[in-house]
Amino acid sequence: MTESFVPVLILILFGIALGAGMLIVNWYVGTHRRNPSKLAPYEGGVPLLDTNRKRINVRFYQIAMLFIIFDIEAAFIYPWAVIYRDATMTSSGIALFALGEMFVFVTLLAVGYIYVWKKKAFDWN
Amino acid sequence: MTWADLLFLLPEIVLSIGGCLLLLAPVIGGRNNGVAAKWSMLLLLVATAAAIYVAAGAGIPSLALGTLFVADPFAVFFKLLFVVVIAMITLLSAEFLEDGRYSAWEYYSLMAFALCGMMFMASGTHLISIYVGLELLSLASYILAGYYKNETRSTEAAMKYFVLGATSSGILLYGMSLIYGACGSLHLEAISQAVATMAGNQALIIGVMLLGAGLCFKVAAVPFHVWTPDVYTGAPTPVTAFLSTASKVAAFAIFARIFYMGLHSLEPDWNSIIATVAALSMIVGNLAAVTQTNVKRMLAYSSIAHAGYALLGVLAMSEIGLQGVLIYMLVYAFANIGTWAMVMLLRRREYAGENVDDFDGLHKSAPLYAFAMVVFLLSLGGIPPTAGFIGKYYLFAAAISAGYAWLAVIAVLMSAVSMFYYFRLVVAMYLKDGAAADVIPSRQVRFIVIVCLIATLTLGILPERMIRGAARSIAPIVNLASR
Repeated sequence: MTESFVPVLILILFGIALGAGMLIVNWYVGTHRRNPSKLAPYEGGVPLLDTNRKRINVRFYQIAMLFIIFDIEAAFIYPWAVIYRDATMTSSGIALFALGEMFVFVTLLAVGYIYVWKKKAFDWN
Repeated sequence: MTWADLLFLLPEIVLSIGGCLLLLAPVIGGRNNGVAAKWSMLLLLVATAAAIYVAAGAGIPSLALGTLFVADPFAVFFKLLFVVVIAMITLLSAEFLEDGRYSAWEYYSLMAFALCGMMFMASGTHLISIYVGLELLSLASYILAGYYKNETRSTEAAMKYFVLGATSSGILLYGMSLIYGACGSLHLEAISQAVATMAGNQALIIGVMLLGAGLCFKVAAVPFHVWTPDVYTGAPTPVTAFLSTASKVAAFAIFARIFYMGLHSLEPDWNSIIATVAALSMIVGNLAAVTQTNVKRMLAYSSIAHAGYALLGVLAMSEIGLQGVLIYMLVYAFANIGTWAMVMLLRRREYAGENVDDFDGLHKSAPLYAFAMVVFLLSLGGIPPTAGFIGKYYLFAAAISAGYAWLAVIAVLMSAVSMFYYFRLVVAMYLKDGAAADVIPSRQVRFIVIVCLIATLTLGILPERMIRGAARSIAPIVNLASR
């Protein structure tokens, strides 16, 4: 069973060797003429305005987190919708159950939505 | 899968709805922190009633929602224990939430969700349902650990707990996926049937090892214990009581269920790994506790050692072993919450009152509390008239009958070491003079101390009912394992 993974190992080793090899060859064969504008993060020559290691307002993280939650909600409804159509084809009452389950899910998220809204998490000021 | 199945989940449904209502209560109206504890207790009462209602029909294991959940006596035992533990922690928390700097509603809402997760864990028979329950508990615990959001130590504790907890959840999930790959199912009974036919399957062994590593993190066993002292010290004291009791008991519930129901016929023997983990937990936990001067840190290391003792019952793979786990969890819960209540008693500000010195002279100012503390410590150490002795007796007997006499020897030696550091507190209380005179116990903390004292002594002196109850609770799982 383990032997069947040998090609994978070879592939990984080959990938490492290729990447490392190119860098090493470039380092030794290529010419290095450094100047400040070449070493800048953006080689286009646009001068840096400021350092990039600054504090960022926590609101950005907050909004991102809230977005993810409701984004996942939408992503979750898609597979459910596909299954739900199949469920309506049967007559075992499972469709109603599935509908109820989705209502429970959306209601729980709605509770969270009301909570963050009332806690003024969407308030930008 | 029908609507009637939902009746099996009645306690969990009650808690979910109640948790949502507690969360919404302050934003809709009513910011009175003092009322939150009362509503929370009412919710726990309703949940208990629901759990008992389900238990009444739980003579035979009945599967709910396909094969995801089971309402067997094992689950009922743990659910009732969880409700009692959370009720005690709710009462303990009332005081520290009262001054209003931290919102009480969210706190109790998180407790309700954590309890809901623990109940799912106790009755889950499918690795996914167990995992979802575990995550619900863990996510609530991360937030609770950081509940003193203006204190650096508490935030740090939450951050460490979250990062390490998320990693361990990932490891746990990876193990589950490998087990699924090997066995073709995530249902514990199907896994146990598949495992019996596949000795030496590498994917399965790696899967079980990763699963075991994730579980050992959750119960805080060495070498997955590093988070414990920092998190327990930094978290608010009632939350530490919650983490070291409720969370640990819940983790042991799934530990026992997964290994007894799903993996009992796994070859080659995984017991030697668990035995090593148990031995290391007992040795490292107890020896590290000896040098601590901070009571919370000392109890954190002691809780690592207790995880080691309880693992003896898991690895024994016998009736008496599983019975020992249940008994030990019960007696540990009472002794441990009692001890934390005593630490709360000495709390004056956020973190004050948690050094060993703070116990100096407690005997003079509050003799009853000093006596209660001695009883709790004796129980944690496993000395006869207290309940801890019964628990340790079963676990050690299980280890010996399973052929792990060397482990039992380590356990007894390390229990002796544990008495050394527990008695540092006793010496401080009885033989030293100190400033512990200004103890002003709140009604709730006093009540909890008395309840735990009575429970610890009663269960120690009259243990028959507890032993019989534990025997009844494990019957369906043991039948399954011996099949």
